[in-house]
Amino acid sequence: MHAINYEAPSTIDQAVAILKEHGENARPFCGGTDIIIQLRAGVRRTSHLVDIKKIKELRTLSFDAKKGLRLGAAVPCIEISESDVMRKHYPGLTEAAHLIGSLQIQNRASVGGNLCNGSPAADTTPALIALGARARVVGPVGEREVPVESFVISPGRTVLKPGELLVELLIPAPAPHSSDAYLRFIPRNEMDIAVVGVGASVTLDGDKVKAARIGLGAVAATPLLETKAADVLIGKKLDDANLEAAGRLVSEVCRPIDDMRGTIEFRLHIAAVLTRRALTIAAERAKKI
Amino acid sequence: MKKTLVEATINGETVEFLCEPRQSLLETLRDVLELTGSKEGCLTGDCGACTVIVDGRAVDSCLMLGVEAQGKTISTVEGLATQGVLSVLQNKFLEHASLQCGICTPGFLISAKSLLDRNPKPTEPEVRYALAGNLCRCTGYDKIVKAVLDAAADIRGQDKSKSAA
Repeated sequence: MHAINYEAPSTIDQAVAILKEHGENARPFCGGTDIIIQLRAGVRRTSHLVDIKKIKELRTLSFDAKKGLRLGAAVPCIEISESDVMRKHYPGLTEAAHLIGSLQIQNRASVGGNLCNGSPAADTTPALIALGARARVVGPVGEREVPVESFVISPGRTVLKPGELLVELLIPAPAPHSSDAYLRFIPRNEMDIAVVGVGASVTLDGDKVKAARIGLGAVAATPLLETKAADVLIGKKLDDANLEAAGRLVSEVCRPIDDMRGTIEFRLHIAAVLTRRALTIAAERAKKI
Repeated sequence: MKKTLVEATINGETVEFLCEPRQSLLETLRDVLELTGSKEGCLTGDCGACTVIVDGRAVDSCLMLGVEAQGKTISTVEGLATQGVLSVLQNKFLEHASLQCGICTPGFLISAKSLLDRNPKPTEPEVRYALAGNLCRCTGYDKIVKAVLDAAADIRGQDKSKSAA
């Protein structure tokens, strides 16, 4: 790796000051599981790595039954899968965090970093989208909240301006009788990048769908929020016909590419299958709550 | 480029070393500290040959910086044997012929140790999941998995006899 400066601030303000000072030449550094690879390959260039792991608010995961979840940008994925609160209230996001890479990767990588890396195939992003998560960003001129579905603007690029730092993800408290699920298709058992990723959250009213949200990964240039399929389910039961309709609508909104991981045709097919399954699992979990 | 003085506990010993920010923990272990047990396989966090334990968590040392080791407790493959006596896991790898070229072996031993440290009674799927971040080109994995399950049983058996005594 080329020569680099490293700093480890202990407050958000310190981090923002360093990021502002160096602009495009500084990048936040958390697990390093994407950035170090990119710096070695010359795909990204930076002269300042700003280690955010010493900033307490960014390492904090806190849940309130009314206010919801505050997931610090530097909380490693492993803490999510080990958290009873996460497993109970956000099982879909939890299983997404547990699918990333290997345990070695999960022990370092964070959901915040997964989002900021801006891959269209990021695993936790569709799960965040399905939950209606917002990204809280702090910068030199103040702070703002960005819906996660608007955060990634093209492969590898986000809405973050120079000097801005993703501080935490804000996820609404689960409504009564609601739950989520995340499914991914990969050719092997572990370690692959998603060929298709689908996150779904479902809120039930009896056996009918009161609300639903679908997040899609690896089927477009950015992770997507899919609304048509979700809207068509409102007020309906999740029977085979309705699930099939939802799956078909999802396929229609996908804009995947042909690459070594899958063809367009394959991805459209799998997207529909995973949509049906993710909705079904989320609904089954929602019934038990 | 200025070097940073880092102090860490490695295999139970307090160690001080100098490194540049650009040097990974793997490079630091191998080239600065001459702990060459951890191997470089891919430098992309795919193969796990560089796996070490940092503050109780298995990580790919190729994706961590040497400067991050400040204040941390690190275990490498060199720390598994005690005064020349191989650990249960190491013996089981030998008994089950779980290695051929051996390049993946340090990483597998560390990942397996990390698993057994927190889950003394893993199922086979749990072992396979815990080792998913370690690749082997020689053995086909089966003997590795069997060795880890056998070591787990052995360690549980030893603990039982200790508490009985």
